[in-house]
Amino acid sequence: MRTHWYTPWLYVIPALLVLMFFLIYPSINTFIISFFGPQSEEFVGFANYIYTFTNEVMLTAFRNNLLWVAIFVPMTVFLGLVMAVILDRVRYESIVKSIIFMPMAISFVGAGVIWKFVYSYRPIGSEQIGILNAFLSFLGAQPIPWLIERPWINNICLIVVGIWIWTGFCLVILSASYKGIPRELLEAARVDGANELRIFWKIILPLMKPTIAVVSTTMFINVLKVFDIVYVMTNGSFSTEVIANRMYKEMFIFRNYGRASSIAILLLLFIIPMIVINVQRFREQEAIR
Amino acid sequence: MKLKQNNFLINAPMHIFVIIVAIIWIFPTVGLLITSFRPSADVASSGWWTVLAHPFNFTQYTLSNYRDVITNIGIGRAFINTLIITIPACTLPIIIASFAAYAFAWMEFWGRRFFFILFVGLLVVPLQMTLIPILRIFNQLGLSGSFVGIWFAHAGYGMPLVIYLMYNYISGLPSEMFESSTIDGATPFQIFKSIVIPLSVPAIASITIFQFIWVWNDLLVALVYLGGTPDVAPLTVRISALVGSYGQNWELLTAAAFVSMALPLVIFLGLQRYFVRGIMAGSVKG
Repeated sequence: MRTHWYTPWLYVIPALLVLMFFLIYPSINTFIISFFGPQSEEFVGFANYIYTFTNEVMLTAFRNNLLWVAIFVPMTVFLGLVMAVILDRVRYESIVKSIIFMPMAISFVGAGVIWKFVYSYRPIGSEQIGILNAFLSFLGAQPIPWLIERPWINNICLIVVGIWIWTGFCLVILSASYKGIPRELLEAARVDGANELRIFWKIILPLMKPTIAVVSTTMFINVLKVFDIVYVMTNGSFSTEVIANRMYKEMFIFRNYGRASSIAILLLLFIIPMIVINVQRFREQEAIR
Repeated sequence: MKLKQNNFLINAPMHIFVIIVAIIWIFPTVGLLITSFRPSADVASSGWWTVLAHPFNFTQYTLSNYRDVITNIGIGRAFINTLIITIPACTLPIIIASFAAYAFAWMEFWGRRFFFILFVGLLVVPLQMTLIPILRIFNQLGLSGSFVGIWFAHAGYGMPLVIYLMYNYISGLPSEMFESSTIDGATPFQIFKSIVIPLSVPAIASITIFQFIWVWNDLLVALVYLGGTPDVAPLTVRISALVGSYGQNWELLTAAAFVSMALPLVIFLGLQRYFVRGIMAGSVKG
Protein backbone atom coordinates (compact mmCIF):
# COMPACT_ATOMS: atom_id res chain seq x y z
CA MET A 1 0.00 0.00 0.00
CA ARG A 2 1.10 3.53 -0.71
CA THR A 3 1.59 4.74 2.85
CA HIS A 4 3.71 7.03 4.93
CA TRP A 5 5.19 5.73 8.15
CA TYR A 6 2.59 7.68 10.08
CA THR A 7 -0.46 6.56 8.11
CA PRO A 8 -1.30 3.62 10.43
CA TRP A 9 -1.06 5.91 13.42
CA LEU A 10 -3.71 8.21 11.99
CA TYR A 11 -6.06 5.24 12.18
CA VAL A 12 -4.99 4.02 15.59
CA ILE A 13 -4.48 7.25 17.52
CA PRO A 14 -8.13 8.23 18.09
CA ALA A 15 -8.78 4.83 19.68
CA LEU A 16 -5.54 5.01 21.62
CA LEU A 17 -6.41 8.43 23.04
CA VAL A 18 -9.86 7.30 24.14
CA LEU A 19 -8.43 4.18 25.77
CA MET A 20 -5.65 6.14 27.46
CA PHE A 21 -8.10 8.61 28.89
CA PHE A 22 -10.89 6.23 29.92
CA LEU A 23 -9.09 3.01 30.82
CA ILE A 24 -5.31 3.21 31.13
CA TYR A 25 -4.80 6.47 32.99
CA PRO A 26 -7.75 5.98 35.41
CA SER A 27 -6.67 2.43 36.27
CA ILE A 28 -3.18 3.63 37.24
CA ASN A 29 -4.67 6.57 39.12
CA THR A 30 -7.09 4.35 41.02
CA PHE A 31 -4.18 2.18 42.09
CA ILE A 32 -2.38 5.24 43.48
CA ILE A 33 -5.32 6.78 45.31
CA SER A 34 -6.10 3.45 46.94
CA PHE A 35 -3.12 4.26 49.21
CA PHE A 36 -4.46 7.69 50.13
CA GLY A 37 -7.15 9.03 52.43
CA PRO A 38 -10.80 9.82 51.62
CA GLN A 39 -10.01 12.81 49.43
CA SER A 40 -6.53 11.65 48.39
CA GLU A 41 -4.81 14.26 50.56
CA GLU A 42 -2.67 12.16 52.86
CA PHE A 43 -0.80 8.93 52.29
CA VAL A 44 -2.21 6.14 54.45
CA GLY A 45 -0.28 3.11 53.24
CA PHE A 46 -2.32 -0.06 53.35
CA ALA A 47 -4.95 1.33 55.73
CA ASN A 48 -7.70 1.18 53.10
CA TYR A 49 -6.89 -2.43 52.30
CA ILE A 50 -6.79 -3.35 55.96
CA TYR A 51 -10.18 -1.72 56.38
CA THR A 52 -11.48 -3.57 53.35
CA PHE A 53 -10.46 -6.92 54.79
CA THR A 54 -11.60 -6.28 58.35
CA ASN A 55 -14.72 -4.14 58.09
CA GLU A 56 -17.79 -6.16 58.98
CA VAL A 57 -19.93 -5.07 56.03
CA MET A 58 -17.10 -5.74 53.62
CA LEU A 59 -16.73 -9.23 55.04
CA THR A 60 -20.44 -9.75 54.49
CA ALA A 61 -19.96 -8.57 50.93
CA PHE A 62 -17.11 -11.03 50.38
CA ARG A 63 -19.20 -13.82 51.84
CA ASN A 64 -22.12 -12.93 49.58
CA ASN A 65 -20.00 -12.76 46.45
CA LEU A 66 -18.68 -16.19 47.40
CA LEU A 67 -22.24 -17.39 47.79
CA TRP A 68 -22.99 -15.97 44.33
CA VAL A 69 -20.01 -17.83 42.91
CA ALA A 70 -21.01 -21.06 44.63
CA ILE A 71 -24.63 -20.99 43.46
CA PHE A 72 -24.89 -18.75 40.42
CA VAL A 73 -21.99 -20.13 38.39
CA PRO A 74 -22.82 -23.86 38.68
CA MET A 75 -26.55 -23.29 38.32
CA THR A 76 -26.40 -21.18 35.16
CA VAL A 77 -23.92 -23.53 33.52
CA PHE A 78 -25.74 -26.68 34.68
CA LEU A 79 -29.18 -25.46 33.64
CA GLY A 80 -27.81 -24.20 30.33
CA LEU A 81 -26.16 -27.54 29.66
CA VAL A 82 -29.16 -29.66 30.61
CA MET A 83 -31.51 -27.51 28.57
CA ALA A 84 -29.14 -27.54 25.59
CA VAL A 85 -29.11 -31.34 25.54
CA ILE A 86 -32.83 -31.75 26.19
CA LEU A 87 -34.02 -29.03 23.82
CA ASP A 88 -32.11 -30.66 20.98
CA ARG A 89 -34.72 -33.44 21.11
CA VAL A 90 -37.88 -31.37 20.96
CA ARG A 91 -39.40 -29.76 17.90
CA TYR A 92 -40.26 -26.47 19.59
CA GLU A 93 -36.63 -25.89 20.54
CA SER A 94 -36.34 -22.38 19.11
CA ILE A 95 -39.39 -21.02 20.95
CA VAL A 96 -38.20 -22.28 24.32
CA LYS A 97 -34.71 -20.99 23.60
CA SER A 98 -36.11 -17.55 22.83
CA ILE A 99 -38.11 -17.56 26.06
CA ILE A 100 -35.07 -18.46 28.14
CA PHE A 101 -32.83 -15.99 26.32
CA MET A 102 -35.33 -13.12 26.50
CA PRO A 103 -34.19 -11.79 29.91
CA MET A 104 -30.83 -10.92 28.30
CA ALA A 105 -32.62 -8.13 26.45
CA ILE A 106 -34.03 -6.65 29.63
CA SER A 107 -31.99 -4.37 31.86
CA PHE A 108 -31.00 -5.66 35.29
CA VAL A 109 -33.07 -2.80 36.64
CA GLY A 110 -36.12 -4.07 34.76
CA ALA A 111 -35.40 -7.61 35.95
CA GLY A 112 -35.11 -6.25 39.48
CA VAL A 113 -38.60 -4.73 39.28
CA ILE A 114 -40.02 -7.91 37.76
CA TRP A 115 -38.66 -10.09 40.56
CA LYS A 116 -39.29 -7.67 43.37
CA PHE A 117 -42.93 -8.05 42.38
CA VAL A 118 -42.63 -11.83 42.35
CA TYR A 119 -41.17 -11.70 45.87
CA SER A 120 -43.61 -9.08 47.09
CA TYR A 121 -44.73 -9.71 50.68
CA ARG A 122 -47.63 -8.58 52.81
CA PRO A 123 -48.30 -9.43 56.44
CA ILE A 124 -50.25 -12.58 57.22
CA GLY A 125 -53.99 -12.13 56.73
CA SER A 126 -53.89 -9.68 53.84
CA GLU A 127 -54.21 -10.69 50.20
CA GLN A 128 -50.80 -11.67 48.78
CA ILE A 129 -50.16 -10.05 45.38
CA GLY A 130 -46.70 -11.53 44.87
CA ILE A 131 -47.03 -14.85 43.13
CA LEU A 132 -44.66 -16.76 45.40
CA ASN A 133 -46.41 -15.80 48.62
CA ALA A 134 -49.81 -16.26 47.01
CA PHE A 135 -48.75 -19.79 46.17
CA LEU A 136 -47.62 -20.38 49.76
CA SER A 137 -50.94 -19.06 51.06
CA PHE A 138 -52.76 -21.28 48.60
CA LEU A 139 -50.90 -24.25 50.10
CA GLY A 140 -51.90 -23.04 53.54
CA ALA A 141 -48.37 -21.99 54.51
CA GLN A 142 -47.31 -18.66 55.97
CA PRO A 143 -46.01 -15.97 53.62
CA ILE A 144 -42.26 -15.33 53.68
CA PRO A 145 -40.64 -11.87 53.45
CA TRP A 146 -38.29 -13.17 50.76
CA LEU A 147 -35.98 -10.18 50.49
CA ILE A 148 -35.75 -9.56 54.23
CA GLU A 149 -35.27 -13.07 55.60
CA ARG A 150 -31.52 -13.06 56.20
CA PRO A 151 -29.00 -14.27 55.48
CA TRP A 152 -29.72 -17.21 53.20
CA ILE A 153 -33.21 -16.79 51.78
CA ASN A 154 -32.82 -13.19 50.65
CA ASN A 155 -29.40 -13.74 49.12
CA ILE A 156 -30.59 -16.83 47.31
CA CYS A 157 -33.61 -14.89 46.04
CA LEU A 158 -31.25 -12.31 44.51
CA ILE A 159 -29.09 -15.04 43.01
CA VAL A 160 -32.20 -16.57 41.42
CA VAL A 161 -32.72 -13.30 39.54
CA GLY A 162 -29.18 -13.54 38.21
CA ILE A 163 -29.75 -17.14 37.17
CA TRP A 164 -32.98 -16.15 35.43
CA ILE A 165 -31.10 -13.53 33.42
CA TRP A 166 -27.95 -15.44 32.47
CA THR A 167 -29.09 -19.05 31.91
CA GLY A 168 -30.23 -18.17 28.37
CA PHE A 169 -26.76 -16.97 27.56
CA CYS A 170 -25.19 -20.23 28.75
CA LEU A 171 -27.86 -22.20 26.94
CA VAL A 172 -27.21 -20.59 23.56
CA ILE A 173 -23.44 -21.06 23.69
CA LEU A 174 -23.59 -24.60 25.08
CA SER A 175 -26.28 -25.57 22.61
CA ALA A 176 -24.10 -24.47 19.67
CA SER A 177 -21.27 -26.54 21.08
CA TYR A 178 -23.52 -29.55 21.65
CA LYS A 179 -24.77 -29.44 18.09
CA GLY A 180 -21.15 -29.56 16.95
CA ILE A 181 -20.72 -33.06 18.35
CA PRO A 182 -20.91 -35.57 15.47
CA ARG A 183 -24.22 -37.44 15.71
CA GLU A 184 -22.60 -40.70 14.56
CA LEU A 185 -20.56 -40.73 17.76
CA LEU A 186 -23.68 -40.69 19.93
CA GLU A 187 -25.47 -43.16 17.67
CA ALA A 188 -22.53 -45.57 17.83
CA ALA A 189 -22.56 -45.42 21.62
CA ARG A 190 -26.31 -46.09 21.64
CA VAL A 191 -25.89 -49.06 19.33
CA ASP A 192 -23.24 -50.38 21.69
CA GLY A 193 -25.87 -50.28 24.41
CA ALA A 194 -24.77 -47.24 26.44
CA ASN A 195 -27.65 -45.52 28.19
CA GLU A 196 -28.30 -41.79 27.81
CA LEU A 197 -26.83 -40.86 31.18
CA ARG A 198 -23.62 -42.73 30.42
CA ILE A 199 -23.39 -41.10 26.99
CA PHE A 200 -23.78 -37.73 28.67
CA TRP A 201 -20.99 -38.38 31.19
CA LYS A 202 -18.59 -40.26 28.95
CA ILE A 203 -18.98 -38.54 25.59
CA ILE A 204 -20.91 -35.27 25.68
CA LEU A 205 -19.35 -33.78 28.79
CA PRO A 206 -15.69 -34.41 27.85
CA LEU A 207 -16.24 -33.04 24.35
CA MET A 208 -17.92 -29.90 25.63
CA LYS A 209 -15.37 -29.24 28.34
CA PRO A 210 -13.59 -26.31 26.62
CA THR A 211 -16.88 -24.50 26.00
CA ILE A 212 -18.04 -25.16 29.54
CA ALA A 213 -14.79 -23.65 30.78
CA VAL A 214 -15.29 -20.50 28.71
CA VAL A 215 -18.90 -20.10 29.84
CA SER A 216 -17.95 -20.67 33.47
CA THR A 217 -15.23 -18.02 33.45
CA THR A 218 -17.63 -15.55 31.85
CA MET A 219 -20.19 -16.27 34.56
CA PHE A 220 -17.47 -15.96 37.20
CA ILE A 221 -16.53 -12.47 36.01
CA ASN A 222 -20.22 -11.53 35.99
CA VAL A 223 -20.60 -12.58 39.58
CA LEU A 224 -17.65 -10.55 40.78
CA LYS A 225 -19.13 -7.43 39.26
CA VAL A 226 -22.75 -8.03 40.18
CA PHE A 227 -24.21 -4.65 41.09
CA ASP A 228 -27.50 -3.61 39.48
CA ILE A 229 -29.64 -6.45 40.84
CA VAL A 230 -28.57 -5.81 44.42
CA TYR A 231 -28.68 -2.04 44.07
CA VAL A 232 -32.27 -2.09 42.83
CA MET A 233 -33.75 -4.88 44.94
CA THR A 234 -32.24 -4.44 48.42
CA ASN A 235 -29.38 -1.95 48.08
CA GLY A 236 -27.38 -4.26 50.28
CA SER A 237 -29.62 -4.08 53.32
CA PHE A 238 -30.44 -7.17 55.42
CA SER A 239 -26.95 -8.62 54.82
CA THR A 240 -27.24 -8.74 51.03
CA GLU A 241 -24.28 -6.44 50.36
CA VAL A 242 -21.92 -7.31 47.49
CA ILE A 243 -18.46 -5.98 46.61
CA ALA A 244 -19.45 -3.75 43.69
CA ASN A 245 -22.36 -2.17 45.56
CA ARG A 246 -20.09 -1.52 48.52
CA MET A 247 -17.66 0.27 46.26
CA TYR A 248 -20.44 2.46 44.94
CA LYS A 249 -21.49 3.33 48.49
CA GLU A 250 -17.95 4.15 49.63
CA MET A 251 -17.67 6.38 46.61
CA PHE A 252 -20.99 8.21 46.64
CA ILE A 253 -22.50 7.90 50.09
CA PHE A 254 -19.39 8.03 52.26
CA ARG A 255 -17.25 9.97 49.77
CA ASN A 256 -14.24 7.90 50.70
CA TYR A 257 -12.34 7.63 47.43
CA GLY A 258 -9.42 5.84 49.04
CA ARG A 259 -11.50 2.95 50.31
CA ALA A 260 -13.59 2.81 47.16
CA SER A 261 -10.40 2.57 45.10
CA SER A 262 -9.00 -0.22 47.22
CA ILE A 263 -12.21 -2.19 46.59
CA ALA A 264 -11.88 -1.58 42.85
CA ILE A 265 -8.29 -2.85 42.96
CA LEU A 266 -9.47 -6.01 44.71
CA LEU A 267 -12.05 -6.57 41.98
CA LEU A 268 -9.28 -6.24 39.42
CA LEU A 269 -7.05 -8.66 41.32
CA PHE A 270 -9.79 -11.26 41.22
CA ILE A 271 -10.23 -10.72 37.51
CA ILE A 272 -6.55 -10.57 36.45
CA PRO A 273 -6.33 -14.35 35.95
CA MET A 274 -9.13 -13.91 33.42
CA ILE A 275 -7.16 -11.19 31.61
CA VAL A 276 -4.23 -13.58 31.32
CA ILE A 277 -6.48 -16.30 29.94
CA ASN A 278 -8.00 -13.85 27.47
CA VAL A 279 -4.64 -12.74 26.12
CA GLN A 280 -3.45 -16.32 25.90
CA ARG A 281 -6.52 -17.33 23.99
CA PHE A 282 -5.87 -14.48 21.59
CA ARG A 283 -2.25 -15.58 21.14
CA GLU A 284 -3.35 -19.13 20.35
CA GLN A 285 -5.85 -17.80 17.86
CA GLU A 286 -3.12 -15.72 16.22
CA ALA A 287 -0.83 -18.76 16.09
CA ILE A 288 -3.48 -20.76 14.23
CA ARG A 289 -3.68 -18.00 11.68
CA MET B 1 -45.57 -50.66 18.38
CA LYS B 2 -44.05 -51.49 21.70
CA LEU B 3 -41.06 -49.33 20.88
CA LYS B 4 -43.25 -46.35 20.07
CA GLN B 5 -45.15 -46.60 23.34
CA ASN B 6 -41.87 -46.89 25.11
CA ASN B 7 -40.66 -43.72 23.41
CA PHE B 8 -43.73 -41.86 24.44
CA LEU B 9 -43.34 -42.94 28.05
CA ILE B 10 -39.71 -41.86 28.03
CA ASN B 11 -40.44 -38.57 26.29
CA ALA B 12 -43.49 -37.38 28.22
CA PRO B 13 -41.55 -36.35 31.34
CA MET B 14 -39.05 -34.56 29.13
CA HIS B 15 -41.76 -32.51 27.42
CA ILE B 16 -43.39 -31.73 30.75
CA PHE B 17 -40.04 -30.63 32.17
CA VAL B 18 -39.30 -28.36 29.21
CA ILE B 19 -42.73 -26.78 29.33
CA ILE B 20 -42.52 -26.19 33.07
CA VAL B 21 -39.13 -24.51 32.67
CA ALA B 22 -40.48 -22.33 29.87
CA ILE B 23 -43.46 -21.32 32.00
CA ILE B 24 -41.27 -20.50 35.01
CA TRP B 25 -39.07 -18.39 32.76
CA ILE B 26 -41.84 -16.37 31.16
CA PHE B 27 -44.24 -16.02 34.09
CA PRO B 28 -42.51 -13.17 35.93
CA THR B 29 -42.45 -11.04 32.78
CA VAL B 30 -46.07 -11.82 31.98
CA GLY B 31 -46.99 -10.76 35.50
CA LEU B 32 -45.21 -7.46 34.99
CA LEU B 33 -46.93 -6.84 31.66
CA ILE B 34 -50.43 -7.63 32.95
CA THR B 35 -49.98 -5.61 36.13
CA SER B 36 -48.93 -2.56 34.15
CA PHE B 37 -52.36 -2.57 32.46
CA ARG B 38 -54.46 -3.00 35.63
CA PRO B 39 -56.10 -0.18 37.63
CA SER B 40 -54.28 0.56 40.87
CA ALA B 41 -57.20 -0.52 43.10
CA ASP B 42 -57.21 -3.96 41.45
CA VAL B 43 -53.43 -4.29 41.69
CA ALA B 44 -53.53 -3.57 45.40
CA SER B 45 -56.37 -5.97 46.15
CA SER B 46 -55.76 -9.05 44.00
CA GLY B 47 -52.98 -10.93 42.26
CA TRP B 48 -52.37 -10.29 38.54
CA TRP B 49 -53.13 -13.94 37.73
CA THR B 50 -56.78 -13.40 38.63
CA VAL B 51 -57.30 -11.71 35.24
CA LEU B 52 -56.42 -15.03 33.59
CA ALA B 53 -59.83 -16.35 34.70
CA HIS B 54 -61.43 -14.18 32.02
CA PRO B 55 -58.55 -12.69 30.01
CA PHE B 56 -60.73 -11.13 27.30
CA ASN B 57 -62.80 -8.99 29.61
CA PHE B 58 -61.21 -5.74 28.54
CA THR B 59 -62.88 -3.60 31.18
CA GLN B 60 -60.26 -4.86 33.65
CA TYR B 61 -57.44 -3.21 31.71
CA THR B 62 -56.45 0.43 31.57
CA LEU B 63 -53.80 2.58 29.92
CA SER B 64 -53.83 5.15 32.70
CA ASN B 65 -50.67 3.76 34.37
CA TYR B 66 -48.72 4.45 31.21
CA ARG B 67 -50.20 7.93 30.94
CA ASP B 68 -49.20 8.52 34.56
CA VAL B 69 -45.62 7.32 34.39
CA ILE B 70 -44.90 8.97 31.05
CA THR B 71 -46.29 12.40 31.87
CA ASN B 72 -46.38 12.71 35.65
CA ILE B 73 -43.39 10.85 36.98
CA GLY B 74 -40.93 11.61 34.27
CA ILE B 75 -40.54 8.31 32.45
CA GLY B 76 -41.24 10.04 29.14
CA ARG B 77 -38.37 12.41 29.74
CA ALA B 78 -36.17 9.53 30.91
CA PHE B 79 -36.96 7.59 27.73
CA ILE B 80 -35.80 10.52 25.62
CA ASN B 81 -32.68 10.88 27.76
CA THR B 82 -31.87 7.22 27.25
CA LEU B 83 -32.20 7.69 23.49
CA ILE B 84 -29.99 10.79 23.57
CA ILE B 85 -27.36 8.87 25.52
CA THR B 86 -27.55 5.65 23.55
CA ILE B 87 -27.33 6.76 19.94
CA PRO B 88 -23.99 8.61 20.06
CA ALA B 89 -22.66 6.17 22.65
CA CYS B 90 -23.18 3.46 20.04
CA THR B 91 -21.95 5.15 16.89
CA LEU B 92 -18.92 6.90 18.37
CA PRO B 93 -16.94 3.82 19.48
CA ILE B 94 -17.85 1.87 16.36
CA ILE B 95 -16.50 4.59 14.06
CA ILE B 96 -13.29 5.09 16.04
CA ALA B 97 -12.75 1.36 16.52
CA SER B 98 -13.29 0.52 12.84
CA PHE B 99 -10.38 2.73 11.86
CA ALA B 100 -8.11 1.17 14.47
CA ALA B 101 -9.18 -2.38 13.65
CA TYR B 102 -8.45 -1.79 9.97
CA ALA B 103 -4.94 -0.56 10.75
CA PHE B 104 -4.28 -3.50 13.08
CA ALA B 105 -5.52 -5.98 10.50
CA TRP B 106 -3.97 -4.73 7.29
CA MET B 107 -1.11 -2.34 8.01
CA GLU B 108 2.39 -3.03 9.20
CA PHE B 109 3.76 -0.67 11.79
CA TRP B 110 6.03 -0.56 14.78
CA GLY B 111 4.27 -1.62 17.97
CA ARG B 112 1.29 -3.14 16.16
CA ARG B 113 1.35 -6.33 18.15
CA PHE B 114 2.09 -4.61 21.45
CA PHE B 115 -0.76 -2.16 21.16
CA PHE B 116 -3.17 -4.78 19.98
CA ILE B 117 -2.45 -7.03 22.93
CA LEU B 118 -2.71 -4.02 25.22
CA PHE B 119 -6.14 -3.25 23.79
CA VAL B 120 -7.35 -6.83 24.12
CA GLY B 121 -6.04 -7.00 27.67
CA LEU B 122 -8.09 -3.91 28.55
CA LEU B 123 -11.19 -5.89 27.59
CA VAL B 124 -11.69 -7.28 31.05
CA VAL B 125 -10.63 -4.34 33.19
CA PRO B 126 -13.68 -3.82 35.42
CA LEU B 127 -15.01 -0.35 34.80
CA GLN B 128 -15.08 0.19 38.56
CA MET B 129 -11.33 0.74 38.16
CA THR B 130 -11.96 3.92 36.22
CA LEU B 131 -14.90 5.60 37.90
CA ILE B 132 -13.23 7.84 40.48
CA PRO B 133 -10.42 9.39 38.39
CA ILE B 134 -12.75 10.06 35.47
CA LEU B 135 -15.42 11.51 37.72
CA ARG B 136 -12.83 13.90 39.14
CA ILE B 137 -11.74 15.03 35.70
CA PHE B 138 -15.36 15.37 34.62
CA ASN B 139 -16.08 17.50 37.67
CA GLN B 140 -13.17 19.79 36.83
CA LEU B 141 -14.19 20.07 33.19
CA GLY B 142 -17.85 20.53 34.07
CA LEU B 143 -18.69 17.34 32.18
CA SER B 144 -20.39 15.41 34.96
CA GLY B 145 -24.13 15.53 34.54
CA SER B 146 -23.72 16.21 30.83
CA PHE B 147 -24.49 13.95 27.90
CA VAL B 148 -21.14 14.64 26.24
CA GLY B 149 -19.24 13.12 29.14
CA ILE B 150 -21.23 9.91 29.19
CA TRP B 151 -21.05 9.53 25.39
CA PHE B 152 -17.29 9.41 25.56
CA ALA B 153 -17.27 7.29 28.69
CA HIS B 154 -19.37 4.62 27.00
CA ALA B 155 -17.22 4.96 23.89
CA GLY B 156 -14.16 4.26 26.02
CA TYR B 157 -15.67 1.30 27.84
CA GLY B 158 -17.00 -0.24 24.64
CA MET B 159 -13.85 0.39 22.61
CA PRO B 160 -11.64 -2.64 23.44
CA LEU B 161 -14.37 -5.08 22.59
CA VAL B 162 -15.46 -3.31 19.41
CA ILE B 163 -11.85 -3.13 18.20
CA TYR B 164 -11.37 -6.81 18.96
CA LEU B 165 -14.53 -7.90 17.15
CA MET B 166 -13.97 -5.61 14.17
CA TYR B 167 -10.39 -6.83 13.94
CA ASN B 168 -11.54 -10.44 13.90
CA TYR B 169 -13.92 -9.68 11.08
CA ILE B 170 -11.78 -7.33 8.99
CA SER B 171 -8.67 -9.50 9.19
CA GLY B 172 -10.74 -12.35 7.79
CA LEU B 173 -11.51 -10.50 4.56
CA PRO B 174 -9.68 -11.99 1.54
CA SER B 175 -6.25 -10.41 1.06
CA GLU B 176 -6.49 -10.49 -2.75
CA MET B 177 -9.02 -7.70 -2.52
CA PHE B 178 -6.56 -5.45 -0.75
CA GLU B 179 -3.72 -6.35 -3.09
CA SER B 180 -5.63 -5.71 -6.29
CA SER B 181 -7.04 -2.42 -5.00
CA THR B 182 -3.56 -1.29 -4.05
CA ILE B 183 -2.28 -2.16 -7.50
CA ASP B 184 -5.13 -0.12 -8.94
CA GLY B 185 -3.75 2.82 -6.98
CA ALA B 186 -6.31 3.06 -4.20
CA THR B 187 -5.21 4.81 -1.02
CA PRO B 188 -5.70 3.10 2.33
CA PHE B 189 -8.59 5.39 3.10
CA GLN B 190 -10.31 4.62 -0.20
CA ILE B 191 -9.96 0.91 0.52
CA PHE B 192 -11.32 1.46 4.01
CA LYS B 193 -14.27 3.49 2.83
CA SER B 194 -15.32 1.59 -0.25
CA ILE B 195 -14.29 -2.00 0.54
CA VAL B 196 -13.78 -2.63 4.24
CA ILE B 197 -16.80 -0.80 5.65
CA PRO B 198 -19.37 -2.05 3.10
CA LEU B 199 -18.16 -5.63 3.56
CA SER B 200 -18.27 -5.36 7.34
CA VAL B 201 -21.95 -4.50 7.55
CA PRO B 202 -22.99 -7.84 9.12
CA ALA B 203 -20.35 -7.50 11.84
CA ILE B 204 -21.22 -3.85 12.41
CA ALA B 205 -24.90 -4.78 12.77
CA SER B 206 -24.22 -7.30 15.55
CA ILE B 207 -21.78 -4.99 17.29
CA THR B 208 -24.21 -2.08 17.13
CA ILE B 209 -26.96 -4.17 18.68
CA PHE B 210 -24.66 -5.34 21.44
CA GLN B 211 -23.42 -1.85 22.27
CA PHE B 212 -26.98 -0.49 22.02
CA ILE B 213 -28.33 -3.00 24.51
CA TRP B 214 -25.37 -2.50 26.80
CA VAL B 215 -25.74 1.29 26.93
CA TRP B 216 -29.54 1.19 27.01
CA ASN B 217 -29.52 -1.14 30.01
CA ASP B 218 -26.56 0.42 31.81
CA LEU B 219 -27.14 1.65 35.33
CA LEU B 220 -23.73 2.14 36.95
CA VAL B 221 -22.10 4.44 34.39
CA ALA B 222 -25.15 6.69 34.24
CA LEU B 223 -25.47 6.74 38.01
CA VAL B 224 -21.87 7.85 38.45
CA TYR B 225 -21.44 10.38 35.65
CA LEU B 226 -24.96 11.76 35.33
CA GLY B 227 -26.29 11.58 38.87
CA GLY B 228 -30.00 11.51 39.55
CA THR B 229 -31.00 14.87 38.06
CA PRO B 230 -34.27 14.20 36.25
CA ASP B 231 -33.43 16.26 33.16
CA VAL B 232 -30.51 13.98 32.25
CA ALA B 233 -31.27 10.71 34.08
CA PRO B 234 -31.93 7.72 31.80
CA LEU B 235 -34.66 5.12 32.37
CA THR B 236 -32.54 2.77 34.48
CA VAL B 237 -31.58 5.51 36.94
CA ARG B 238 -35.10 6.89 37.09
CA ILE B 239 -36.70 3.49 37.65
CA SER B 240 -34.29 2.44 40.35
CA ALA B 241 -35.16 5.70 42.13
CA LEU B 242 -38.88 4.93 41.72
CA VAL B 243 -38.40 1.52 43.34
CA GLY B 244 -37.48 3.44 46.48
CA SER B 245 -40.15 6.12 46.36
CA TYR B 246 -43.09 4.25 44.80
CA GLY B 247 -42.21 0.88 46.35
CA GLN B 248 -45.78 -0.35 46.76
CA ASN B 249 -47.35 1.26 43.66
CA TRP B 250 -46.78 -1.79 41.54
CA GLU B 251 -49.01 -0.58 38.68
CA LEU B 252 -46.67 2.40 38.20
CA LEU B 253 -43.41 0.52 38.71
CA THR B 254 -44.41 -2.21 36.28
CA ALA B 255 -45.54 0.29 33.64
CA ALA B 256 -42.28 2.22 33.99
CA ALA B 257 -40.25 -0.98 33.77
CA PHE B 258 -42.12 -2.06 30.67
CA VAL B 259 -41.44 1.28 28.96
CA SER B 260 -37.75 0.63 29.50
CA MET B 261 -37.98 -2.95 28.20
CA ALA B 262 -40.08 -2.29 25.12
CA LEU B 263 -37.39 -1.21 22.66
CA PRO B 264 -34.83 -3.91 23.55
CA LEU B 265 -37.59 -6.52 23.32
CA VAL B 266 -38.65 -5.29 19.88
CA ILE B 267 -35.04 -5.52 18.71
CA PHE B 268 -34.71 -8.95 20.27
CA LEU B 269 -37.83 -10.28 18.59
CA GLY B 270 -37.25 -8.53 15.27
CA LEU B 271 -33.53 -9.10 14.79
CA GLN B 272 -33.05 -12.20 16.88
CA ARG B 273 -30.14 -13.62 14.91
CA TYR B 274 -28.05 -10.45 15.04
CA PHE B 275 -29.12 -9.89 18.61
CA VAL B 276 -27.95 -13.27 19.83
CA ARG B 277 -24.71 -12.94 17.88
CA GLY B 278 -24.11 -9.49 19.29
CA ILE B 279 -24.78 -10.50 22.89
CA MET B 280 -22.56 -13.56 22.55
CA ALA B 281 -19.75 -11.46 21.16
CA GLY B 282 -20.15 -8.89 23.89
CA SER B 283 -20.17 -11.27 26.79
CA VAL B 284 -16.55 -10.68 27.67
CA LYS B 285 -16.90 -6.95 28.17
CA GLY B 286 -15.38 -5.50 31.35
